[in-house]
Amino acid sequence: MAPRLEARDEARLAGAEGPAQQMATRVVTRLAAAMGAEELIDITGAHIDSCLYHGQAVLDFADRLADDGARVVVPTTLNVSSLDLLHPEHARGDPGEARASRRLMERFEEMGCRPTWTCAPYQLEVRPQFGEQIAWAESNAIVFANSVLGARTNRYGDFADICCAVTGRAPAAGLHLDEHRRATVVIRLDGVSAGLMERDVFYPVLGGLLGGLVGKAVPVISGLAPGVSEDRLKALGAASASTGSVGMFHMVGSTPEAPTLEAALAGHRPVEEVTVTAADLRGARDRLSTTTSDDLRTVSLGTPHYSVSEIGRLVELLGGRRVGDGVAFFVSTGRDVLHEVELRGWAGRLADAGVTMVTDTCTYFTPIIQDRTGTSMTDSAKWAYYAPGNLGLEVVFGSTEDCVESAILGRVVRDEGIWADV
Amino acid sequence: MSEAGPTPLVLVAGTAIGKVLRLDEPLSFWGGVETLQGRIIDQRHPQVGEIVAGRILVMPFGRGSSSGSSVICEAVRAGTAPAAILMAERDDIIALGAIAADEIYGLVMPVVVLAPDDHDALLDGAAVTIGIDGTVSVPDRDTGIV
Repeated sequence: MAPRLEARDEARLAGAEGPAQQMATRVVTRLAAAMGAEELIDITGAHIDSCLYHGQAVLDFADRLADDGARVVVPTTLNVSSLDLLHPEHARGDPGEARASRRLMERFEEMGCRPTWTCAPYQLEVRPQFGEQIAWAESNAIVFANSVLGARTNRYGDFADICCAVTGRAPAAGLHLDEHRRATVVIRLDGVSAGLMERDVFYPVLGGLLGGLVGKAVPVISGLAPGVSEDRLKALGAASASTGSVGMFHMVGSTPEAPTLEAALAGHRPVEEVTVTAADLRGARDRLSTTTSDDLRTVSLGTPHYSVSEIGRLVELLGGRRVGDGVAFFVSTGRDVLHEVELRGWAGRLADAGVTMVTDTCTYFTPIIQDRTGTSMTDSAKWAYYAPGNLGLEVVFGSTEDCVESAILGRVVRDEGIWADV
Repeated sequence: MSEAGPTPLVLVAGTAIGKVLRLDEPLSFWGGVETLQGRIIDQRHPQVGEIVAGRILVMPFGRGSSSGSSVICEAVRAGTAPAAILMAERDDIIALGAIAADEIYGLVMPVVVLAPDDHDALLDGAAVTIGIDGTVSVPDRDTGIV
């Protein structure tokens, strides 16, 4: 069923504003039809994932738009790419592919996108306001925008993101609309110790479990103390968007559309209620590891890109100690966050500790890690989920504390005590 | 939640012929499929190692990263994409990869949402044809005629 279009959309489809607007409007309109949208809406911002090189097709698409003179009409940020422009010495990939990646990045800058190169655009100084209609790509950014900021975006993919940015239009469907934002699944916690819920590591594990439980439904999590931090909500959302297709979650007392359980359900009865136990969480944690070998070679933190506060926490955990000689320790972050880290005087302390900062890209798909034998360790459920497939390595998931202590010892150690039953 | 409206629901129209590859669990193309051969590389997927190229891919819905659209488009360009994708729910990340391939290369990979019963009836390995209107025909088992 074709969406109802406004005169300006029809004019663009007819080519009145040139071939780039014509193609971008056609893609948005075809997508709207595929989604069952009745009309298009105006958006006020976009975040582009199409700048990550996945082969010739993405470059061909960007070339077509840029050659035809496409310009974004709303403020638009760029996701990670395949290259660390600030630290080119990290590159281990194929030079031809690196050139294509660079070319792709340039084409999006030419179209007027901001070269932010981060998967965590919600950590930039300016970010979407509550209720703003936006078109974001990158699964972790999408779930954060909807859940934590209360901005409204669907789960946009590559191609759609830039076409929405060029047209300033998006299909009126899914999470743009009130009726799809209310929770349909209630998640309750039973027998989970207060001590575990106070630990950072609880949140990515709960997120990993959540993705498998709810698929792409909107869940509401009940039973946690209010005011859960953005870093924790970020880790939870990123995990749930990796193991499942969660585009939005509510957490009672912590996310803006869930001051109460009733508010999150918007007066409806839940379709499903699920109780999560300590054993469920242990299972979810175990599924994030692919090996039991303690032969540690690499630690990767910062997926999604670490925030200033997460890096501050890392500096504190390192406490002036240095990682073991046989261990490569990476932290991925955005260039804006790195700038702030430098201003705070942490960059030198991290370098002295043997930590390598990676910007503009991420270690879970870019060939930065040299030694892929032995075990890699991460505090990110998303990294743990994707890196074995992308890079062909074995992973152990642990808390940030586990990662730091393991790196210093040079072998995997984990604090198992926090996972015990109450 | 399955599709409530009329089915088959054509997300991207086209014709295709091939053997069904029925996935037990939803698949993320990004991080889950490589495009040189069209092989499933998601080590946690029960059908890791299977080749999706040229198959009529039947799965309930897609999963995971929004980069999936790029991987699908790249696979269509490289000739390693499924011949068609049949789902039980709408999935705009998958549809978009197919729309982009049509826009830049004029190569069509049909994407169709089927009624749950029709979706469930498609057995792994069955040879089927997809019509432009999204109808799925299973040839007669004895004669091979549609």
